[in-house]
Amino acid sequence: MGDAVSATTNIPRLSQDEIESPPLSLGQLTWRRFRRHKMAIFGAVVLILLVLYSFIGSFFLSEKYANYTDTNLRLQAPSSTHPFGTDSVGRDVLARTIYGGQISLLIGLTAVTIETIAGVLVGAAAGYYGGWIDAVLMRITEAVLNIPELFLLIVMAKEFAGKIPTITLLGREFSGSVIVIVVIIGLTSWMYLARIVRAEFLSLKENDFILAARATGTSNNGIIFRHILPNSMAPIIVTATLGVANAILAEAYISFLGLGVQPPTATWGNMLDGANSYLESAPWLWFFPGMLILLTVLSINFLGDGLRDALDPHSRAV
Amino acid sequence: MIRYIIRRILQAIPLLFIISIVLFALMQNMGDPIAAMAGRNITRSSDRERLKRQLGLDQPIYVQYIYWLVGNDWTKTDIDGDGIRETQGTRKGILRGDFGTSLVNRGKPVLKVIGERLPNTLILMIVAETFIILGSLIIGVYSALRQYSVLDNLMTGLSFVCYSMPIFFIALISMYIFGVLFKRWGLPYLPTVGMFDPNIGKTPGQIALHLVLPVLSMSLISFAAYSRYIRSTMLEVMNQDYIRTAKAKGLPRREIVFIHALKNASLPIVTVVGLDLPLLLGGALVTERIFAWPGMGRLFLDYVSRSDVPVVMGILMMIAAAVIVFQIITDIVYAWLDPRIRYGT
Repeated sequence: MGDAVSATTNIPRLSQDEIESPPLSLGQLTWRRFRRHKMAIFGAVVLILLVLYSFIGSFFLSEKYANYTDTNLRLQAPSSTHPFGTDSVGRDVLARTIYGGQISLLIGLTAVTIETIAGVLVGAAAGYYGGWIDAVLMRITEAVLNIPELFLLIVMAKEFAGKIPTITLLGREFSGSVIVIVVIIGLTSWMYLARIVRAEFLSLKENDFILAARATGTSNNGIIFRHILPNSMAPIIVTATLGVANAILAEAYISFLGLGVQPPTATWGNMLDGANSYLESAPWLWFFPGMLILLTVLSINFLGDGLRDALDPHSRAV
Repeated sequence: MIRYIIRRILQAIPLLFIISIVLFALMQNMGDPIAAMAGRNITRSSDRERLKRQLGLDQPIYVQYIYWLVGNDWTKTDIDGDGIRETQGTRKGILRGDFGTSLVNRGKPVLKVIGERLPNTLILMIVAETFIILGSLIIGVYSALRQYSVLDNLMTGLSFVCYSMPIFFIALISMYIFGVLFKRWGLPYLPTVGMFDPNIGKTPGQIALHLVLPVLSMSLISFAAYSRYIRSTMLEVMNQDYIRTAKAKGLPRREIVFIHALKNASLPIVTVVGLDLPLLLGGALVTERIFAWPGMGRLFLDYVSRSDVPVVMGILMMIAAAVIVFQIITDIVYAWLDPRIRYGT
């Protein structure tokens, strides 16, 4: 022990803190790397602010107020009573961006949940079992990939439009179109994830620990979900994070085209529907929701970028 | 190489079949084509029945698919609904180049409907893609050569913002600035909608003027991704040994950058462009809608809303085929440009 101390006197000294700190867990390592990624921190902070904006905001302005139409107050420019102005039927744009934000963010998260479940199941089955299962699943994946997502979304939106009734959840009414949009965005975006998961499974299943698991009689499901899947979480988390941004964008595009979530339920996307006609007369109609979409997508992209670097097991930076 | 190309084409065929089956199944619930076709003119249910039979919609879905695929001129169809198949079918099927006829424009061939709009989309697409490639090459090479300079950092920041920008937002902003504000300030302003001013007519000058804003919005978004890509490949190439050799033997910097480095750095761009081109065909959907550009995207939206299945199906199949064809072309061009890549047989 004495030798070791004398030997370290000549080399650059580590600080006391670094010598004594216990080995870092994977989570701590990831957090350390993530913390150094300034843009990712910026993205995370902005995202938290946006979430607070749309959820805390609802304590101050009721949803009834957001959907309250007053045709005497059509297209009012931003003022002290209506900071973001009013829309073409006299609803307050500020209140609608708050409630629209809730729906847009919820759509992003739930659509990604569906996307992730579908992508992981397809990718895992294809990668693990191989053979004809792989061939069939990957041909289908490829086929869906070859149809541009927006076209597929429009066709499916048209197909399911108006088939799901309005539902009441937690004392609030949701237009059935919200469910439709969530499901179809989830069903049209799982393909990339499926490919990534498949690639992970293909390489991981050749490892010795899988052989060991199989030798001890672990079932296929056990191997897939308890042994391989946890090891391929990093790319799944990154893809899912970026997927939230894509889902919010997809909702915005399709609602912008008037095929998405139907009023009176507000989303950032459908607030922009028809903004074309008010390009000149009421720029506040499209500026605020557009800006919020941009901020959300931007901060999620930063966050995903930071996570990608932080979760990379090959990254040596601590 | 030839064998590789043939194999790729052979693989593409089942893929197109799967796509067509998926789409055909999706089309079944797209809405009531009869209502779309006739509007309020048909009230009698017997007329509806007759129309349905004439369009072959009374058949089970797999029969409809077969008729769509290979036509029905080899069999007889029952049009008057008396249970006897007596009329010779006339459809040739998509495999023989017959995409069917539009329901909305009574009997107008789908190919003609699409053909009228395709050139407009191609104009928009080709001009935009040219600007995107040239612009991002300039930005990418500049940022790579002056890494971490003020302009490089600015471009990096901007490209992140543009990359996250929904196309309609950038389109609305550019329309507002160049169309509305410029007009208000008494500056020369740009037209915001349409392809040409109906009072002046469809002259090349008018089209160019109306192209400015859509191309600007589309380019700003794509610049971001492309120039980042070029920057990183360029940085990689500039650190290669052969570039050092070229520097060491005293070649002028201009020659090193534009002949030795750029040639190799632009290789991966081929892939990106090749995969993006067919998507532009459809990606212009929102752009065309905002700028009221009479192209394929708007055609698609119009016909989806009227449940004109043959036209919608035709557009989707053409785009899917374009995606596949461009993928194959990209791989071939890539192999041709990069002698390190040799596709096995």
